[in-house]
Amino acid sequence: MIRNLIAIALFAAAALSAQSPASGNTENGKRQFVKLGCYTCHGYQGQGGGAGAKLAPHPISAAALIAYVRHPAGTMPPFTNKVVSDKDLTDIQAYLASVPAPPPAKDIPLLNR
Amino acid sequence: MKKSKTTPLARRGFLKGAAAGAAAGAAALVASPAAQAQDSAARPSAVPPTPAQRAAENAAPAAAIEEIQIVERPGADYMVDVFKSLGFEYLFATPGSSFRGIHESVINHGGNQNPEFITFTHEECSVAAANGYAKIEGKPALVCAHGTVGIQHAAMAIYNAYCDQAPVFVIAGNISDAAERRGRVEWLHAVQDVGATVREYTKWDDNPASLTHFGESAVRAYQIAMTAPMMPVLLAADGVLQESEAPKDFDWRIPKLPKIAAPSGDSAAVAELAQMLVSAENPVIVTSRSARTPAGLKLLVELAEVTGAGVIDQQRRMNFPSRHPLNQTQRSRPAIASADLILGLEVYDFFGVVHTLGGQVNVIPRSIIKPGTKLVSISSSDLFYKSNYQNFQRYEAVDLSIPADAEATLPALIEAVKRLLTDDRKQAIQTRAAKLAQANQQALEQTRTAASYAWDASPVSTARLSAEIWAQIKDEDWSLVSDPFWVSNWPLRLWDFNKHYQFIGGAGGEGVGYLAPAALGAAIANKKHGRLSVSIQSDGDLMMANGVLWTAAHHRVPLLTVMHNNRAYHQEIMQLQRVANQHNRGVDIDKCKIGTAIENPNIDYTMLAKSMGVQAEGPISDPKDLSAAIRRGVEVVKRGDPYLIDVITQPR
Repeated sequence: MIRNLIAIALFAAAALSAQSPASGNTENGKRQFVKLGCYTCHGYQGQGGGAGAKLAPHPISAAALIAYVRHPAGTMPPFTNKVVSDKDLTDIQAYLASVPAPPPAKDIPLLNR
Repeated sequence: MKKSKTTPLARRGFLKGAAAGAAAGAAALVASPAAQAQDSAARPSAVPPTPAQRAAENAAPAAAIEEIQIVERPGADYMVDVFKSLGFEYLFATPGSSFRGIHESVINHGGNQNPEFITFTHEECSVAAANGYAKIEGKPALVCAHGTVGIQHAAMAIYNAYCDQAPVFVIAGNISDAAERRGRVEWLHAVQDVGATVREYTKWDDNPASLTHFGESAVRAYQIAMTAPMMPVLLAADGVLQESEAPKDFDWRIPKLPKIAAPSGDSAAVAELAQMLVSAENPVIVTSRSARTPAGLKLLVELAEVTGAGVIDQQRRMNFPSRHPLNQTQRSRPAIASADLILGLEVYDFFGVVHTLGGQVNVIPRSIIKPGTKLVSISSSDLFYKSNYQNFQRYEAVDLSIPADAEATLPALIEAVKRLLTDDRKQAIQTRAAKLAQANQQALEQTRTAASYAWDASPVSTARLSAEIWAQIKDEDWSLVSDPFWVSNWPLRLWDFNKHYQFIGGAGGEGVGYLAPAALGAAIANKKHGRLSVSIQSDGDLMMANGVLWTAAHHRVPLLTVMHNNRAYHQEIMQLQRVANQHNRGVDIDKCKIGTAIENPNIDYTMLAKSMGVQAEGPISDPKDLSAAIRRGVEVVKRGDPYLIDVITQPR
């Protein structure tokens, strides 16, 4: 319980700093996103879905991502620094930041029927 | 069991005589065609004829025939008449010798109509198809299976139907009398207690010893299956009873099936609930399987509108229109959190409605409702429990439990609410409904935005897949016959569901191998109504039951199957990763695919479908290719044939 409260607090604080410039290696981030299995719940572009939250476009900051991944809420498994380094998480954040935003939903005819 | 006076020899005695005659090279050709078929069925077909058989085949017909046994009026004819009286349209089965008497009577006595024999390639498919059929048609299909190996195959599908509260009527062939079992196989396929294998997850079963017994138990079984909570039933059909002459003095009449009413709630409890609903400031209705029939959907709309309650549809049936302004399914968490009264209608997991189950390793439940929130349940599940299988879920202490069928209870509840409404309450309800409508619209817009992410991605996003299908079917009379859970429920979030037959929910027991045959069974039910059946088919599920593709082609079942091909038992990839991280080891995705991936080689579902006579195309991994493919598929299905489109998709 305490761990999850900490996680939620970290996530909330870090989320405030979302949209900070990405500084990681996008290519490595994309590779790590698959290698670590992030895509399995969040989709190859971090779009989210029934099993995981939407991560991209417009991801939270690298610091917020690292904080959350170390102490996730809900049923997401924790990724300790033994499993993934801060550098690789920073690269993953860079990859997520590189995912282009789709057109607004109102401009996609198939989503307005 | 009685034997006909017109057949002096028992079946066993007759065969002994025939064998003796063959050995003497004189009387081997005297067996009736039926008896010859029985004899050959007892042996593997590859076994060469014996010297005695060869001699008999080359010999002149015997001048003197010891005995000929002709059965003019087999018991199976009566059984088929019983099936006809119960209104079965279809018999779903993989053929089996223990019910060959019924099989023959369905064809020759019944004219293969009502029921019509639909050939399946696995008994699990037969039952799952009956599960899907029942959810569209509101009544059972007949399933026949061997009492031993067939029922063992069928078991998981029976469990799914049991958890899904779907009526399925299973006939299990068996030869009870040991003296009548001919050879090794009939012993291997015989059982002392036919129903025992699946008794823990059927509502009732019986082992009739006579035709009279069979007729009464068949009608009783049908009545039990169709009384809420509806569930599978099983009836043994003795092989000797099927194939022997009905006694001369047998009364061929079939017991009348009564009109079956569903149990409605206690009137005092209904009045108390009506008062609670009228007094509540923020009532929420949660439903799982409350709409047994189209009337159930309309009644829930009326209850929601008259009370101004938000509705959360857990979608185990088509209970409530997806775009109704009071539908709060897309914002269920805040709706539950702000409720002061939660009414559960046929909710299978009330604990799960009002709790989250947190915890990384051990389960940590957390209540998500306000202190003092009242909980009321109307559920027919409370009328029928068994103990071994744990499908009844965790106990939730509700304030008022009304053990009754929700659909049958709603008319009285609606009238009771209307009697209590004052002008002040009506005004408050209108105000609340307007706010809920606004929240509903906001949730829909958020859903559409969520669907836009990864719109052009390859593999195809499941939101894009769902939107592309919707664009091609929305102007047809369509029916979604698959469970969209595996594609993040996008169809339920994006499409406009407003008719009862447009959705059938998923596998009651979450047993994989349900989806493909259940979709086919539902499509068979939809066929006579001229509806366009559409299934979004998971790859792992299809590989458990891909013989249904042949059934679809052979019987010309119009069904559009669009593959959700993520090339994995993907749920298990996520589970494996979670455990690896809990153990602080992590797991490289390549290792995570050990035992979970369905690749290397990739399965060519187009070739698989074509090999079984189903037109198909794909694989498609570029979303821009989808609309034309789906359009082609819709055209084929509208002409009456099945069609499969293989689409390489995002995991969820």
